Amino acid sequence: MSETGIGASVKRREDLRFITGAGRYTDDIDQPGQAYAVFLRSPHARAAIGSIDASAALQVPGVLAVYTGQDLAADGIGDLPCGWMVKSKDGSDMIQPPHPPIAVERVNYVGEPYGLVVAETLQAARDGAEAVAVDFDALPAVVDPASAMQGDQLYAQAPNNRCYDWELGDQAATDAAFARADHVTSLDIVNNRLIPNAMEPRAATGCFDAASGDYTLYTTSQNPHLARLVMAAFVQVAPESKLRVVSPDVGGGFGSKIFVYAEETAVTWAAGKLRRPVKWRAERAESFLADAHGRDHVTKAELALAADGEMLGLRVSTIANMGAYLSTFASSVPTYLYGTLLAGQYKTPAVYVGVQAVFTNTSPVDAYRGAGRPEATYVVERLVETAARELKMDPTALRRRNFIQPADFPYETPVALVYDTGDYEASLNRALEHVDYAGFAARRDAAQARGKRRGIGFSCYIEACGLAPSQVALSLGAGVGLFESAEVRVNVTGSVTVITGAHSHGQGHETTFAQIVSERLGIPFDSVEVAHGDTSRGDYGLGTYGSRSLAVGGSAIVKASDKIIAKGKKIVAHAFETTDEQIDFTEGVFAERDSNRSMTFGEVAFAAYVPANFPLDELEPGLSEKAFYDPGNFTYPAGAHVCEVEVDAETGVLEIVKFVAVDDFGHVINPMIVAGQVHGGLCQGIGQALCEHGVYDASGQLVTGSFLDYCMPRADDVPSFVVDTTVTPCTHNPLGVKGCGEAGAIGATAAVMNAVTDALGVKELAMPARSEVVWRALSAA
Amino acid sequence: MEVTLTVNGTAHALDVPDNMLLVEVLRERLRLTGTHVGCDTSQCGACVVHMDGRAVKSCTVLAGQADGADVTTIEGIGAPDDLHPMQAAFRECHALQCGFCTPGMIMAAIDLVNTSEQLDEQAVREGLEGNLCRCTGYHNIVRAVLAARDAM
Amino acid sequence: MYRFKYQKAASVAEAASLLDGAEDGVYLAGGMTLIPTLKARLASPTDVIDLGAIDGMADISVGDTVRIGALARHAEVAASAAVRGAIPALADLAGLIGDAHVRNRGTLGGSVANSDPAADYPAAVLALNAVVHTDRRTIAADDFFKGLFETALEPGEIVKSLAFQIPRRAGYAKFPNPASRYAIVGVMVADFGAEVRVGVTGAGACAFRSAELERALAGGLAAEALADVTIPYDGFNSDIHASAEYRGHLVAVMAQRAVAAAIG
Repeated sequence: MSETGIGASVKRREDLRFITGAGRYTDDIDQPGQAYAVFLRSPHARAAIGSIDASAALQVPGVLAVYTGQDLAADGIGDLPCGWMVKSKDGSDMIQPPHPPIAVERVNYVGEPYGLVVAETLQAARDGAEAVAVDFDALPAVVDPASAMQGDQLYAQAPNNRCYDWELGDQAATDAAFARADHVTSLDIVNNRLIPNAMEPRAATGCFDAASGDYTLYTTSQNPHLARLVMAAFVQVAPESKLRVVSPDVGGGFGSKIFVYAEETAVTWAAGKLRRPVKWRAERAESFLADAHGRDHVTKAELALAADGEMLGLRVSTIANMGAYLSTFASSVPTYLYGTLLAGQYKTPAVYVGVQAVFTNTSPVDAYRGAGRPEATYVVERLVETAARELKMDPTALRRRNFIQPADFPYETPVALVYDTGDYEASLNRALEHVDYAGFAARRDAAQARGKRRGIGFSCYIEACGLAPSQVALSLGAGVGLFESAEVRVNVTGSVTVITGAHSHGQGHETTFAQIVSERLGIPFDSVEVAHGDTSRGDYGLGTYGSRSLAVGGSAIVKASDKIIAKGKKIVAHAFETTDEQIDFTEGVFAERDSNRSMTFGEVAFAAYVPANFPLDELEPGLSEKAFYDPGNFTYPAGAHVCEVEVDAETGVLEIVKFVAVDDFGHVINPMIVAGQVHGGLCQGIGQALCEHGVYDASGQLVTGSFLDYCMPRADDVPSFVVDTTVTPCTHNPLGVKGCGEAGAIGATAAVMNAVTDALGVKELAMPARSEVVWRALSAA
Repeated sequence: MEVTLTVNGTAHALDVPDNMLLVEVLRERLRLTGTHVGCDTSQCGACVVHMDGRAVKSCTVLAGQADGADVTTIEGIGAPDDLHPMQAAFRECHALQCGFCTPGMIMAAIDLVNTSEQLDEQAVREGLEGNLCRCTGYHNIVRAVLAARDAM
Repeated sequence: MYRFKYQKAASVAEAASLLDGAEDGVYLAGGMTLIPTLKARLASPTDVIDLGAIDGMADISVGDTVRIGALARHAEVAASAAVRGAIPALADLAGLIGDAHVRNRGTLGGSVANSDPAADYPAAVLALNAVVHTDRRTIAADDFFKGLFETALEPGEIVKSLAFQIPRRAGYAKFPNPASRYAIVGVMVADFGAEVRVGVTGAGACAFRSAELERALAGGLAAEALADVTIPYDGFNSDIHASAEYRGHLVAVMAQRAVAAAIG
């Protein structure tokens, strides 16, 4: 292994700009003559919009315009679409209520924009926004997802406020499994609503060039091409050919910056109206309301077992809160990213899941780190742990009893996936070594002596990522293909520019992708530059989410690199007057077989652009190749997470005293970066278990609308983590990689709550396990 | 309102609105955009700079309060070829991902090391409670601060 | 923020006169509460009068009492050897306020004058029977906190310093809000020999002395003395972080821990 090749913990090249303050985030980029937008946001969870009087606002010095939903609609601006059509079990399409970027007749959640004020300065825009007078006719709000189907009907199209009633699995076979079970474990689970809170608030600057009619949008997006597509094809701000979307340095996403939102749409449109750049940056208070939230499921789950612990069947019924509108990928999260994962790591032969998605007067809910898979893992792993306790079996033994074994792959689950490879016991065994499972009883006793209650919990998760085989996704209702693109441009002097359709907002692609190309092409790491995040540089791209960048985007880069090698062989063959089959390529050198003639990569690059006597009908000049890679299957990262907690019984305060994560991501390109991804995911998973919760009051006001009330994990809330990997290479992509971005958030939550319930000796406990919740559980016990 | 302040060693005399914040002076007037704004409630620490040698949230200091002060931002502590030990440790330990919280985190960590007699892991974790990071789970940040402690 | 006129006062008298001349003026000390309030447009003063440049108002001296200038920052109090020598619990409390950056800006006077129900210092003011020195008079601790963000201060009155009585021993225990790091409950217990005073913050509309705890500890500081004490929680604050009942429970637990800290 070289110091910069695949498998090396190369220090990140993007770091130098970030640690010196030279990063360029959207809000750092100003445009000459820019104006500032402030959005008018609904104070009501549900209301009819009466008259909007902007006259006073327009008198505020510096205010340029006040736009309402009517103005956008009159200009032909379309709805924000949901990109995944889910069908109900009766075959009907999901219900998609109209979703104008700026509300026209009604507002349906607190924070929904119903207008925007554009002014010379931010101060003037804020003053103007306060001067707008609106008549709202407040209506009763539907807030709680569990009772939403009995609430006031929010949309004429959606009886019972239901978006869809979806199912997966063999219901009859599952019922039969329950009928012959010796034991049934059941749980009522609320998967708490989370608010993503990437540290960089969303921002967008729309620009319009009157000379060309071209629009440029600078925005905090995880997928600029997708933003361009949606804004062109559906919202119809501008044709794709006239719209450039740039996502410069982006300060974290975690899903929340996948989606196409009202704000970037409106500022781009407004830039065209005003013929000057229009900039908007969310205040954190806006982020809390206007970024799509995550999770928010209410579930009843049952596991049927034989007396010896054999898992026979799993039955799950979930209500998923969509919020007030269907966000860009919202419909897919509680269905194809959730129901399909309910087999977990186990050979449970019969699984049936029903999901009813409901509308409420709350912020839209969409993918947040893990997206469906954390919810599935939580259901499965809480059930398995609880079943073990009820059957008085060791929880690791019950899992081993039911694991899909290495010899079983490829393994088709009863919920529509085919796992390609894995070794679940290997991960669990390694995790138990790290955590010293044998020593747990002694640690528990020692804690008891200190007045603390100690518990241990496990989570053996699986995820499907590397989204996604386009054929599969399209057949299931996706509105876009989910391949990825790459371009490898060899410059005349032999340096290489890689353009990827993936987007890096913390993942370190500029480093990892350069490692891949450097190794593949046998050229120095420093000769490879990676570019991303600008629709004018790359042809197309689907962006970064679903732990897909390496498995899909990296594979596209490999494919393009291999085309470079193939072309290089042709060039060399021509120079040596032989055939390209006679040319071997190793470590950056093209050599003729059975001869001592060779050309270096640099010489071939130069020859490609200085084509002295190319046979032009057979060999074009230049050395630049594009590739689109469409995966053959999902990838299936899996692992074992183990958590130990101690509880202060007097106060209910929990402390995570040990956390071990052993993950199988297939081959690892940069172990340092992979470990970092796991750490961050674990912290978010722990945050869900211990402190994070998006809470609405009964009237639909967001109670947790700032960091004063929404509890983000801080440095002193989490321990140092023990992370390790085991490897079963993915069988169907050229790098053998699976993806690591979401694993921590998928596995950790169940491990923590299994540990907490173990410590407390209770079956169920609501998340987040705040100190009062714990204290009450102890008081009741 | 006229304010004079020294930022990263350079004296500036600026005419600013009375209600301007120090972070706005830095970002909008001096184009020092390394200092970030991550919240409006003085909780996240992305905007931390040093004012007269101590870490402060520049989003919670009025320009007038900074009149006459000596301010150091992330741009003023080191250069790519001459990194501050804390910057170097952050890179070495992979203590950043998206980089947004990083300037505030580094400025906070430098002050923490400067003002602490003894700094173990727990003290670092408690000392950084005023800085949120959503990417790293803090694991490598803590490692970096401990490494820089030894190097500073 | 709305527009306002910012002025820096050079003296207490100048500050008072600036406020007097303002249509709707407000004093600014460290700004840790006022500035976020202004940013959220929850206040719209015409004039912000900065006390920060007034000389001599950040001094710390220890004699019969621990006298701390109103502009002393939390970090200065926490790091003060003089304070730590006389009342270690007071230095401890200052070191637990907010986070490091807040402690580098926030001031004793600003905290006390604001009477935030979740601020730490008010517990110490009550337990240590502090005397509040203003530009007009002195106010006894027991007369100072009147309610939610409400004190005995008259309009325009400026806190200049506080004189804390030095107890034989004292301890502070805080149960922080996990999100904001303000106190959900904070209890300071101070043993003056003849008298034990207990100041409680976070639980009610403003800081208060706990009669139940003082009664239980009247015979001297001992953790056992609090074993059976129950705190009536009727009227306590209740929010998503802690119900009134839980706050009542925490007052008792924090009191035990404060006693343990005091005993050492």
